[in-house]
Amino acid sequence: MAVNVLIPTPLRKLTGEQETVHSSAGTIASVVADLDAQFPGFAGRITDDAGNLRKFVNVYLNEEDIRFLSGKETEVKDGDTISIVPAIAGGTS
Amino acid sequence: MSNVLGMKCRECGENYPIAPVHVCELCFGALELQYDLEAIATKVSRETILAGPKSMWRYKELLPIDGEPTVGLNCGYTPLLKADRLGRVLGLNNLYIKNDSVNHPTLSFKDRVVSVALTKAIEFGYKTVACASTGNLANSVAAHSAAAGLESYIFIPSDLEQGKILASLVYGTNVLAVSGNYDEVNRLCAEAGDKYGWAFVNINLRPFYGDGSKTFGYEIAEQLGWKAPDHVVVPCAGGSLVSKIYKGLNEFHKIGLIDSVPTKMYAAQATGCNPITSMITSGSEVMRPVKPNTIAKSIAIGNPADGYFAAETVRRSGGAAADVTDPEIIEGIRLLGRTEGIFTETAGGVTIAVTQKLAQEGHFGKDDIVVIAITGNGLKTQEAVADHMGRPTFIQANLSSLDTALRAEKLIATTAG
Repeated sequence: MAVNVLIPTPLRKLTGEQETVHSSAGTIASVVADLDAQFPGFAGRITDDAGNLRKFVNVYLNEEDIRFLSGKETEVKDGDTISIVPAIAGGTS
Repeated sequence: MSNVLGMKCRECGENYPIAPVHVCELCFGALELQYDLEAIATKVSRETILAGPKSMWRYKELLPIDGEPTVGLNCGYTPLLKADRLGRVLGLNNLYIKNDSVNHPTLSFKDRVVSVALTKAIEFGYKTVACASTGNLANSVAAHSAAAGLESYIFIPSDLEQGKILASLVYGTNVLAVSGNYDEVNRLCAEAGDKYGWAFVNINLRPFYGDGSKTFGYEIAEQLGWKAPDHVVVPCAGGSLVSKIYKGLNEFHKIGLIDSVPTKMYAAQATGCNPITSMITSGSEVMRPVKPNTIAKSIAIGNPADGYFAAETVRRSGGAAADVTDPEIIEGIRLLGRTEGIFTETAGGVTIAVTQKLAQEGHFGKDDIVVIAITGNGLKTQEAVADHMGRPTFIQANLSSLDTALRAEKLIATTAG
C-alpha cells in the first residue's frame, strides 16, 4: 500500500495530467518532498520559500484539514489519502 | 462586446486569458477580471444607466459577459429603504437597508451572482452547472438553471434548514446532501469539479460569479442619488460580498459616476463562525479556519475562500468588524421585523446585531449615511427562530372570548367610539 494524493487541475501539468499520484508514508512534508522529486517544481507550487504551505492551498488528510491536525508535520500512513485543494473555492456571502 | 481585458492573479500578478478557471497555476492565488474602465467610461453615464432595465442588467457594461444576458433578466434593483424606526433605536439619523431579501426570483443576493455565472456558463458552452451551497446559492442555481434549461447538481450540507432544501428540490434539480459541514461539501465539490468538468458557479466560474455582487454596490450608490455611503455593514461567509461592494463603489468613482468613495466597510459574522472578524479584530495576518457552530447556517463557513480579501478590504477602507452570539442574532431578526417590517434570515440577524454593536462602540457619526446589507429572507430559515417569536393567542369565534383574551393577555384594545 502507498499514500494516494489527489491532484487539483492547476497542478496537473506537472503530473502529466495524472489525477492521482502515489507517495510513501511519513509526514505531509516528506510526501511533498517526495512528490517534488517525482515531479520537479511540485513543492514550489504549494509551499513558499520557507517551506510552509502557501496561504491559498488547503491540504486534507483523509478529509480533515491538516491545519486542525499537526500541519506539515502531520503523520501520514500507508493507505491514507491526501487531497490538495485550492482555497479559492466556494463561499456564500 | 465584453469590456473585460483578461484575468490576473491577485497574488503574483500572472495574466490569464478569459476562461472558466479560478486559481493561478503558479501560486494558487485568486484570479480577478480586469476591466477596461477607460472604454467603459466612454460608454456609460448616469443617463445610459437610467435608461436601462430596472434590474441589475442596467450595469451590463460593467459585468463580465460577451453578449446579452440570458439568465436572471429580472434580478436585482432591490429596494434601498430609509430605516428611520430602526435608526432611532440605533441612534442613527441616516440609516438605510439594502433589501435583497426580496431579490428575484429566490429571495437572496445570490440571484445576482448566479445570473452572471449562468449567463457566462452558457457563453462558455456548458450544459451542466453545479454549486456548493449553504442554501441560498442552491436555491438560486436550481431556479435559474431550470429557467435556462440547464442540468444542475446542488451540493449542500445535510443538516440544512428544510425550507432551503425544499426550495431547491421544487425546481427539479439534483440535490446531493453531503454528510459534513459546508467546508467539507466545498472540498468535495472542488474535487468533483476537476473530475466531471461541470460549471461550478462558485468554483471554476468564481471570477465571473463574484463580480455579479458588484451590482449590490452600484445600486446602493445610484439609489442614494449617485453617492457612496459613509459606512456599509455586510455579512461575511465566504467573504466575497464585502470586497465586491467596495469594488463596485470604486469602479463607479473611476468611471466618473460618483465624486468620491469615503465608504468604510464592516464585516459581520456569528461568534460561532468568525474566522474573518476574529482575524480583523485581533489584527492578525493569518486567518485561522474554525469549525462552525451557529444558527446562522447560511454564513457558517469556517474556511472562507475570500477571507483574506475581506479582511484586507475592511482594513483598507478604515472599517471594522464584529461578531454576535446566537441569542443576539435572534434579537437582531426581531428588531428588524418590529421596526421596519422586514423578515430576514439568520444572516440578516447577524448584520443587524453587528450594526447595533458597532453603533454602540461609536464607529458611526449620528448623521453619517449607514447602509446595512440584508442578503436573505426569513421565510427560508423559520425553524432556526421558531421557538423565539412568541405564540398566537388562541380564542373562540365570539366577542366574549376576544374580550377575555384581551384582558388576560394585557393586549391593548380600544372600542369604536
